[in-house]
Amino acid sequence: MDPKTLRYAKSHEWAYLEGDLCTIGLTKFAVDQLTDIIYIEMPDVDDPVSTGDSFGEIESVKAVSDLYAPITGDVVAVNEKLETDPTLISNDPFGKGWLIKVKVEKGASLDHLMTLEQYEKQIASEEH
Amino acid sequence: MALRTPLYDWHVTHGGRMVEFGGWDMPVQYGSIVEEHHAVRTAAGLFDISHMGRLSFGGADALALIQHAYTNNAATMKDGQVRYGLVCNEQGGIRDDVLVYRWPDHFTMVVNASNRVKIVDWLAQHKGGRMVDITDQTTTTCMIAVQGPQALVLCRGLTETDAEQLGYYHATMTRYRGRDCVVSRTGYTGEDGIEIITSATNAIEVWKELAQRGAKPCGLGARDTLRLEAAMPLYGHELSEEIDPFQAELSWAVKLDKGDFIGRDALLRRRADANLPRRVGLELEGRRAAREGAAVLHDGKTIGRVTSGTVTPTLNKAIAMAYVDPAFLTPGVSCTVDIRGKAEMARIVALPFYRRPKERG
Repeated sequence: MDPKTLRYAKSHEWAYLEGDLCTIGLTKFAVDQLTDIIYIEMPDVDDPVSTGDSFGEIESVKAVSDLYAPITGDVVAVNEKLETDPTLISNDPFGKGWLIKVKVEKGASLDHLMTLEQYEKQIASEEH
Repeated sequence: MALRTPLYDWHVTHGGRMVEFGGWDMPVQYGSIVEEHHAVRTAAGLFDISHMGRLSFGGADALALIQHAYTNNAATMKDGQVRYGLVCNEQGGIRDDVLVYRWPDHFTMVVNASNRVKIVDWLAQHKGGRMVDITDQTTTTCMIAVQGPQALVLCRGLTETDAEQLGYYHATMTRYRGRDCVVSRTGYTGEDGIEIITSATNAIEVWKELAQRGAKPCGLGARDTLRLEAAMPLYGHELSEEIDPFQAELSWAVKLDKGDFIGRDALLRRRADANLPRRVGLELEGRRAAREGAAVLHDGKTIGRVTSGTVTPTLNKAIAMAYVDPAFLTPGVSCTVDIRGKAEMARIVALPFYRRPKERG
């Protein structure tokens, strides 16, 4: 995925919308901050997720963090490869390391999320 | 504002992610905690531990004050010996865990960063009429650890006396390029290695030389996973003012027969109390880490609490230390840990989780 085509949540998830299918992942910045990812807890297929609510958790050697849904919908696919190989998300967070795919309502948009430019401004202020 | 060690600028310019720890700005990691951890288990790692408090005890009654405040016996130590022990309160709870170094004309005590001021005040309060001068040398000196199976070889020729000539838990006063330093064969990782104390002005030079010799700079993140595998307690987690040394399974560091000391009467009572929770190891079935505060349950009843936990890089599984009801201390007993609302299967295991291979020394 090209980071320029994605939209971003404050909590560092990215979203890519194609028709009514939204792919969700975690940004490279967040993955680099976590480092040493050891476990990812994901929802099941058919589970509902809603904007701003936790849909799973990501655990590093240091700490555990919640994963927040950037959009509302039903989970239609989970990246099961991450269960056995969490390094996929460290090595390719915008590609093979995607987290879940969600079916959203017709007409749903990502306008409430940040563009790459806006997101880069946010992370610049987080890195002091 | 948090204190900075003489190596603060080096850490920042080398990608150290700085966090506040015990009143100091310290690097938690430079890159991957797992890689730093493996460097210590397989080769050698380098740690800035200048945040640890270094107190010097001089005067005719230095030994007497240490004997009064410390649970181990400093009177039987030889010059150049280092000994672990506790400082307890009157109720037998642990105020700090410390290392005492014995020298011909004085003693050094290394205390936890977070407890330094508390211990200095405590010693002043309990000094009474004893002739002792306590000097807090923490900010005028630095302390650097080199740990791992290759640490001693890597430090050959660094100082006038090689650490290889020292027995385990022994120290010597020697020189680094003509300047005074203390080298001890001590550490907090479960590996062989050394710790160096020298003037703060020498810190950068010693550190750079050790890094150049191939010791990998490691942060507090790796220090924590390493000590956890080795089941070494950490003050504020396994040790506190409410926990006594017997509960912490540190009875070997308490010498009740050495004469009176602060907390001794309470410790005599607490030693006989079979109802107090005890420190144990837990191994989890899954890969979610049981963190501090998580409840440990048996048949739906809470039997204890986790004090530290992680997914261990060496053993690649979730491990934790916990205090549990003494009825459940037997290795193999199954239990569950409540990790954010979900019961995860675990069992009690003997400590430590990791012991360095014997043939390696």
